[in-house]
Amino acid sequence: MVTSYIPLNLDECLKILSDKQVRIVAGGTDMLIQNRSHTSMPIGFKSDVCYISNIEELKKIYEDETFVYIGSVCSLEAIMESELVPELLKNTILEMASPAIRHTATLAGNIGNASPAGDSLVPLYLLDALVEKRSIKGVSKVALSDFITGVRKIDLEKDELITKVIIPKISFTKSYFKKVGPRLSDAISKLSFAGAYKLENDLVKDIRIAFGSVNVTVVRRRDLEERLIGKTKDEVKKMVSEIVDWYEEFIKPIDDQRSNKEYRKSISLKLLRSFIENIE
Amino acid sequence: MAKIKFKLNGEIKELDTDPSRRLLDVLRDDFNLTGPKEGCGEGECGACAVLMNKEIVNSCSVPLANVLNKEIITIEGFSKTKRYQVIKDSFAKAGGVQCGFCTPGMIIATESLLNKNPHPNEFEIKIGLSGNLCRCTGYNLIIEAVKLAAEAGEGLW
Ligand SMILES: Cc1cc2nc3c(=O)[nH]c(=O)nc-3n(C[C@H](O)[C@H](O)[C@H](O)COP(=O)(O)OP(=O)(O)OC[C@H]3O[C@@H](n4cnc5c(N)ncnc54)[C@H](O)[C@@H]3O)c2cc1C
Ligand code: FES
Ligand code: FES
Repeated sequence: MVTSYIPLNLDECLKILSDKQVRIVAGGTDMLIQNRSHTSMPIGFKSDVCYISNIEELKKIYEDETFVYIGSVCSLEAIMESELVPELLKNTILEMASPAIRHTATLAGNIGNASPAGDSLVPLYLLDALVEKRSIKGVSKVALSDFITGVRKIDLEKDELITKVIIPKISFTKSYFKKVGPRLSDAISKLSFAGAYKLENDLVKDIRIAFGSVNVTVVRRRDLEERLIGKTKDEVKKMVSEIVDWYEEFIKPIDDQRSNKEYRKSISLKLLRSFIENIE
Repeated sequence: MAKIKFKLNGEIKELDTDPSRRLLDVLRDDFNLTGPKEGCGEGECGACAVLMNKEIVNSCSVPLANVLNKEIITIEGFSKTKRYQVIKDSFAKAGGVQCGFCTPGMIIATESLLNKNPHPNEFEIKIGLSGNLCRCTGYNLIIEAVKLAAEAGEGLW
């Protein structure tokens, strides 16, 4: 039998992470399926585990002037119900799983899982989200796009815990999220797209575009976005075919979904086209 | 092994057991509560649904460790309430039950939804039931049942 640790506060948890070799479990919605065993048998974890969902300090959502802070043990449903959380992220969460899963699954768990199909990652990349991680030695913040280093790979030491997801406060004229295809364990056709822009007197002040499930991790190209900033909205709309061409080379659905590569690519680029054409 | 204390259908329980057991197995094997059923075992079907702190969760996807100090209500506990009577009658009236395998989960989903939103529109009902699969009814009758329950139970939620 593996040993289960159930810390009730953060200090206790960081000490366990520092002293023991454990896997972290938050809501467990990914971990239980990845370690599924048999009916009436304990979950088939291969190492000791540390359950973090009872740590009250990590259940808060609050803000200051520049950021919204989401504790890593907040459920997706609690995040969706919070007034502080940007619409774009809430609209995304509404399309994730079902109420029953959303009541236990966490945003930090979606990040920790680092799946190319992790839905929340798309708006979080777009929003320039940061991850706060903590160990007994101290606390640090990293950009989410640096924290996720590959398919199911994250920049987290064995003694570290994600404690917060931090979202800069930005106002957009419009933000948009679209997920295509059902989420079932064997679902094949799935991709997601997020876009947002800010207009001032018809000038594009900010524009951001992110694609999910079309590469090893979320595709966002600041260099391409920058080319559009400062143009009028009509200029940008006229460039739509050119913009689609720019992105084409970065839309590379991963190999194990080969059968759907062409479909995914063509739908992703159509979503981009319609996003640009509908800038108003 | 660890001591896990939680409230189950109104009573405080304390178990000395492996916290890495699924809540579903604990309910069925230790407490003989067989209302929650194992359909998929992967969080997709809702047959195992129970209320945790009044919200629907899939007991096949919840480790016992996460139930510490929480309140769990299964269909057995819920069936002693007025709200249950209203939902049950509405399911019967609308013809929302055929083989019945999904029904405990559907009723739990209905309660979880109405508890937060006593007057859901059709879209909200569909979202509320989106984690519960039914192989028999084709869903429309169940959606109808939830609408009936919301009307008949006016003031209960
Ligand atoms: C039926 C079903 C439907 C689903 N639908 C969707 C969907 O539509 N879209 C989607 O993106 N996902 C979906 N998922 C996947 C899953 O629910 C999400 O990825 C969820 O956000 C994971 O959160 P969790 O708290 O349950 O993670 P856990 O399973 O507890 O953990 C996941 C990973 O993150 C790590 N981790 C968790 N918290 C921390 C922390 N604080 N610090 C460091 N590491 C941590 C764990 O060690 C583990 O590796 C679905 C799952 C199921 C079962
Ligand atoms: S058995 Fe739990 S969701 Fe299907
Ligand atoms: S009534 Fe048979 S599964 Fe729903």
